[in-house]
Amino acid sequence: MPATRPLPELVCPAGSLPALKAAVDNGADTVYLGLKNDTNARNFAGLNFDDRTAREGIRYAHQHERKVLLAINTYAQGGDISRWHRAIDEGADLGVDAIILADIGLMEYARRRYPELRLHMSVQSSATNYEAINLAQELFDIRRAVLPRVLTLDQVKQVIDHTRVEIEVFGFGSLCVMVEGRCLLSSYATGESPNSHGVCSPAKFVRWEHGSQALGARLNGILIDEYQQGEPAGYPTLCKGRFEVEGDTYYALEEPTSLNVMAMLPQIIDIGVAAIKVEGRQRSPAYVAQVTRTLREALDTAGREPQRFSVKPGWTQALSKLAEGQQQTLGAYNRPWK
Amino acid sequence: MRIPELTLPASMASLLGRLPATPPCWALVTTLNQLKKRDILPADMSLLAGHSFEVHVQDAGLRLGFSADEKNFKVASVGDTPDLRLSANLADFARMMLREEDPDTLFFNRKLIIEGDTELGLIVKNLLDSVDWSSTPLQRFMAV
Repeated sequence: MPATRPLPELVCPAGSLPALKAAVDNGADTVYLGLKNDTNARNFAGLNFDDRTAREGIRYAHQHERKVLLAINTYAQGGDISRWHRAIDEGADLGVDAIILADIGLMEYARRRYPELRLHMSVQSSATNYEAINLAQELFDIRRAVLPRVLTLDQVKQVIDHTRVEIEVFGFGSLCVMVEGRCLLSSYATGESPNSHGVCSPAKFVRWEHGSQALGARLNGILIDEYQQGEPAGYPTLCKGRFEVEGDTYYALEEPTSLNVMAMLPQIIDIGVAAIKVEGRQRSPAYVAQVTRTLREALDTAGREPQRFSVKPGWTQALSKLAEGQQQTLGAYNRPWK
Repeated sequence: MRIPELTLPASMASLLGRLPATPPCWALVTTLNQLKKRDILPADMSLLAGHSFEVHVQDAGLRLGFSADEKNFKVASVGDTPDLRLSANLADFARMMLREEDPDTLFFNRKLIIEGDTELGLIVKNLLDSVDWSSTPLQRFMAV
């Protein structure tokens, strides 16, 4: 195992200025954020950055020699794509270190207008093989690609071995149903989905019903789940609901779990992953601080002594408390499929 | 500073529940207005105006009702169905305010109850999260 591999960048989420500062203060190498509109996939009321907070956040991060990425990771909707172009213009003007894009039309615009601007390919692009990534590099000079959470560790290595594009993988956070960039479940219930409106299960369609026995979660009237007294709740997304299928009521699509790759950090470093991403721009500064601090320590430890690395109980405890569904999984990384 | 795992005794709730809620409610509303006036609370009042809110401190038996207009927060009687009700024990509210605990975590753990307009709840949550305490003298109390 070569000890000379550089440590992957720790890329942490920020939905607000205090979250950005919490990420920087607790050891993030890079912070990613979005603007206050549907050009990003966490388009939640009251979340994200305006010009003033973005400038202040970038100033703070750069002062501490950290990087800032701007996520413009929804698909420009027909009719009026000027908002997406303006977001790219704004990112270039703000002086972000890179823009994360999903839509190849926007990649073309950004490359043409701002030849010097560093571009990352979003997980929402659903690029799971090196041919797709290399094509994006050839066409738009993409410097980094974020892999969807569907590949095993061997498959991630296979991608890394066949591309010069940096590879970023998810390290912690709520899991998607594994068709990232292509999921329409939210649209099925509400007419709005991450790719089109920048939000899965928009809050205006969500109703929590407090019954005497259970807490019901409804999305546009559709009952998604019922949580009994004391049972952990989750985000009200269709993919994580419990549904009746042929007489059985269960998590028919996916259980609400959080990804946590801590146990695999030495292998992730060894195969040459360039960056590890933490999910959760919708979460508060307290979450960002706790996750960043824990992963920073774990990553540094894994880099120092990869052979003897083991996950400390304190790290697991800190992260499991924050996890949706209170369960953690290595996700696809350790699946046996080839 | 860590908030200890603590629930107020039931006697406290029955005692406090019998006292008028107006003084603590007035204190809450005054604090909110002061924070807003000093630009510490970056509230977009157009999103909050016309809505009624209740903070229910369960173990203290306290129900603090208030509303908002285009300019300010006001003490208000909100009835049985405010547009948004947030319920939790005192220690969990304190953890949330001091950034020791993430509201989503408390919600997943069923320690924070959100009733009413979910989007309004998100607006309020994100508003509290966006307060940059590091620009205020209160910074040293904050966990992050």
